[in-house]
Formats: sequence, structure tokens, C-alpha cells
Amino acid sequence: MIELRDVSKTFNTKHSTVRALKDVSLTIEDGEIFGIIGLSGAGKSTLIRCINLLERPDSGSVIVNGDDLMKFSPAQIREKRKDIGMIFQHFNLFRSRTIAENIAFPLQHRGYTKEQIDDRVTELLELVGLESKINGYPSQLSGGQKQRVGIARSLATNPKILLCDEATSALDPKTTLSILALLKDLNKKLNLTIVIVTHEMNIIKSICNEVAVMEAGEVIETDEVFNIFANPKHKITKDFIATTSNLNKIYDLLAENSIVTTLKPGETLAHFSYSGPSVVEALISTISAMFDIRLNIIFADLDIILDMPMGGLILIISGSKENQKKAFDYVRERGVKVEIIKSYD
Amino acid sequence: MTKIIEYLFPNVMDKIPELLLCTGQTLYMMLISGIISFCIGIVFGVLLVVTRKGDILENLVFWTILDKVINFFRSVPFIILLALLIPVTRAIVGTAIGTKGAMVPLIVGTAPFFTRQMQAALAEIDRGTIEAALAMGISPVSIIFRVYFKESIPSIIRGVTITFISLVGLTAMAGAIGGGGLGDFAIRYGYQRYQTDVTIVTVVILVLIVTAIQTLGDYVIKKISH
Repeated sequence: MIELRDVSKTFNTKHSTVRALKDVSLTIEDGEIFGIIGLSGAGKSTLIRCINLLERPDSGSVIVNGDDLMKFSPAQIREKRKDIGMIFQHFNLFRSRTIAENIAFPLQHRGYTKEQIDDRVTELLELVGLESKINGYPSQLSGGQKQRVGIARSLATNPKILLCDEATSALDPKTTLSILALLKDLNKKLNLTIVIVTHEMNIIKSICNEVAVMEAGEVIETDEVFNIFANPKHKITKDFIATTSNLNKIYDLLAENSIVTTLKPGETLAHFSYSGPSVVEALISTISAMFDIRLNIIFADLDIILDMPMGGLILIISGSKENQKKAFDYVRERGVKVEIIKSYD
Repeated sequence: MTKIIEYLFPNVMDKIPELLLCTGQTLYMMLISGIISFCIGIVFGVLLVVTRKGDILENLVFWTILDKVINFFRSVPFIILLALLIPVTRAIVGTAIGTKGAMVPLIVGTAPFFTRQMQAALAEIDRGTIEAALAMGISPVSIIFRVYFKESIPSIIRGVTITFISLVGLTAMAGAIGGGGLGDFAIRYGYQRYQTDVTIVTVVILVLIVTAIQTLGDYVIKKISH
């Protein structure tokens, strides 16, 4: 378990002081994939660096598996870092060493025999699916392969925790997915606790169980990913969620006065959003038949987050005002949020 | 053929054994003072890098002092250093002239330059790799040897090449205080006795030495870079 208690960090430059972390407290349970999301400068990278004390907080406690690292000597901290792997945005591989030597690096000079190290390297390369590249150099690899080597290297000492600092930000979308799949796999296989820092809500959505949203050095919201998506409280969280859905295109269309959003008399433009089991019901056709209204779907979005469906629809509804109101009440009773974006007056 | 050479370089032909001796002296001075100042340069270079702001053994007081001392030595022109160091040289090696006497000023003149070259080479390292090593729990001393040195080898060799080439010039200058070597040879015959052909041949040999060093350096860098 990782526990951060009232962690603060201030950076002093010549002309200003930046409070990168303001009394941040956070608990990350074993075996979780925990996401930390925020815009540039929100302090998320500083926060993840506090977990292995690459960045030493000015105050607060950093408790990893029961040990308060802030009370440790430098040598004790180094010993503890073997239990905390870390991967980076730019991979940070040693260019002058082969792939095998990169992965062996954390094991050398630590009392292992050459055979033990060789066996471990082979095992790790198999784990990340790069067996064929053992004698190549990092410069011969693609970005995704480099990150696989980074992951293998960070796991060499059998850590229980893996810190990922924007680990997929330098990769293309397809490679990102393959790295995320690998991380998810490692989380299951090795019961590895993974902490991911990112600015992409899609990454949170696809692999995290828990998420902390950061803004200006503070964690403003932290919850299970599903709950955050279902009930975002802060504007910034809503903005992040909006980036993962195409429903927000409607606002662009409205701003452009697009023909799609031009309503005829009696029509209403509405946003239905739903999460959980209510999706399963065929609500749209039900209310259409029940209340004698017509529903025209402009945009639709459906996601499965931790096996829970979550989605939204942008609809143009026509029919009598009274029936429309009844229909909205009916779906609201079934857990669907209804937002009237615009109606014809 | 021999006739043409004798015609073009009349004064060189009767000094071939001395010319060879002087070339040997130049190479000897370069090698010894180069190796010693490399040892000094790499130590101070690494100290300047690891004690700078934000690095693994940050110590700004130490860094500032070392930086200023190196600047001081680098700002003294070599020819003045030669004269200035005569008492020191006598105290250390017993004489201020000859190949031996030239060694002390050559080292004092080259070590600060070497330090800067090594500092620049080591500072080129990708800071991310240092961070990765720190995150693995590697100690600062190990990071110096296993990351800084290992990752900077091509840049270090480039610095060594540049420094040895500048040493060629300094070694020749040491001839001014009777330091022996090709510089001394050129001054005694070419300059003081107006035997221009001696000067020309000396310059040709120096050019060959410089070319050889540069070619060797480039070759090694190419061999070990990935």
C-alpha cells in the first residue's frame, strides 16, 4: 500500500516560488491500477516522484508498504527503490548498452551470479515480448519496443509497485494500446500495483480502477474510475471526461448554427446520459411507442468501464410538449440524466 | 629524387637524426603530459558535473570555487605560464629546461582545458538516464562510473582528441624555454638561423601528428557509437 499524507513541495526559482504540491493525501491499495490525471503543471509528475523520493517533499509522509520513507537514510531509500519500479515518457534507456545489458543493469553489482542475471533477463524479455531483440541496441528499436525494454528493466528487481510517468505520451495511439494491454497483463500476472500519471482521460478509462484528478498542486477529486465518469464533481474532471466522448461535438455544431441542430416547431434537443444497468433496457424504442414521440439520434456514445456500461445520446425529440415531458420523467425514473440543450420556442 | 630533396631542404638533410630525436621528444611530452592532465581533467570534470545544481551530488559552494579556479588558470596565457612556473617546476622536477622541465607547465596549462572538455562531454548525458538509475536505487558513485562514464565515452574521446591536438601546439611553444622537441628545433634552426626549410619540415610533421590524432579519434568514436 502507498500512502501519501499531507505531502507538500515548493520549487523556488529566481523570480518566483511554485507550490507544486499542497498538502496532498492519497492512498493507493495493493494490486490497484491508480491513475493520476491533470493538465501540464498540475503537479502530477512531482507527486509520482514523491513516491520513490526522486523528489523529496518539504513536508508530509510517504509511506510505502508500512515504511515512512521520509525517515529513511539515503542508503535505506536506495534499498527501498528496488521495490518500486519506474518507467518514463522518454524511456531513459542506456544508449551505450544492449537491450540485455539495459535490463541487467539494476541487477549488476548486487550479488547475483552471471547465470542468475542472464536467466532473469531472458525471463523479462519473454514477459514483455521482445525475445528476439536481446543483443540489439536501443537505437534500433521503435518507441513501443523501447518502452517494453523500460518496463522489463524496471521489473528486474521484482518490485511490487510500478510508477509510470507519462509512459505512453511519446507513443502513437496503437502502440499506446499495446503498452496499456501489457501493463494490465502485468498487473494481473504479478499482482503489481501500478501508478499512472497521464493527461489523457482515455488511458484512465481503459486501464485504471481508481483515479485522482489534480489541479494546481491539489488532488481535487479521487474515486473509482466508474464513479468519476458517472458523477464528475469539478469542472476540470468534466472537461477531461468530455475529451473521451464525441457527444460534445454537438456544442460545436450549435455554435456554428449547423443545419443538423436547426429545430422545427415542437422539437427539443436533449442529452441523455446513463450509466449502469439502465442501458440494457431498450429505452428509446420504449418511450417512442409509449408517449408517441419521435427520437432522432444525432450522436451516440457507449463505453464499458470496469464492465459497467456508460453512455450518452444526443437526440432531437419531436412530439407534443406534454408527451415529451412525460417521456423525460419516465427515463429519469430509470436513472437516465436528461439535459435539455435547446428547444424550439 | 634524393637530389631534389637535398636541393629543396638543404639544412634538413644533415639534421635527420636530430629531427627524429626532436619528434620523439614532442610525442613523449605530449603523451606524458596528456595522460597526466587527462587524469586530472576527468576527475575535476566529473566533479563539476555531479556537484552542479540539480545533479546527484549537488554542492554549489564546491562547484563555484572549482569553477573559478579553473577559469583563473585558463585565463593565463601559456607563454606567461611557462615563465611563471619556472620556480615551481624546479621544485618539482629539479630543472626548468628540457623535456622534463616543459612537463610541469604543459600539465598546468592543459589540465584546466581538459577539465572543461570532460565537463562538456559528461554534461551532454541525457538527464533521464540518471533519473532512471536513481529510481533503481543505484548509488551516486556507481552512477558516475556506470552511467556518466559509460554513456559519455564517445564524447570523452572527442574531448581527448581536441585536447591532444591543442597539446601539439603547446608542446611546440614549450620550445621557447628550451623545452626540446619540434618547437625547439624550429626555433633554433628555422627562426634563429633563417633556415626556412627546417621550419617547413617541422610544420609538416606537426600537421601529420595532428591529422593522425584526429583520424584515430574519429575512427574510435565511429567504432564504439551505437
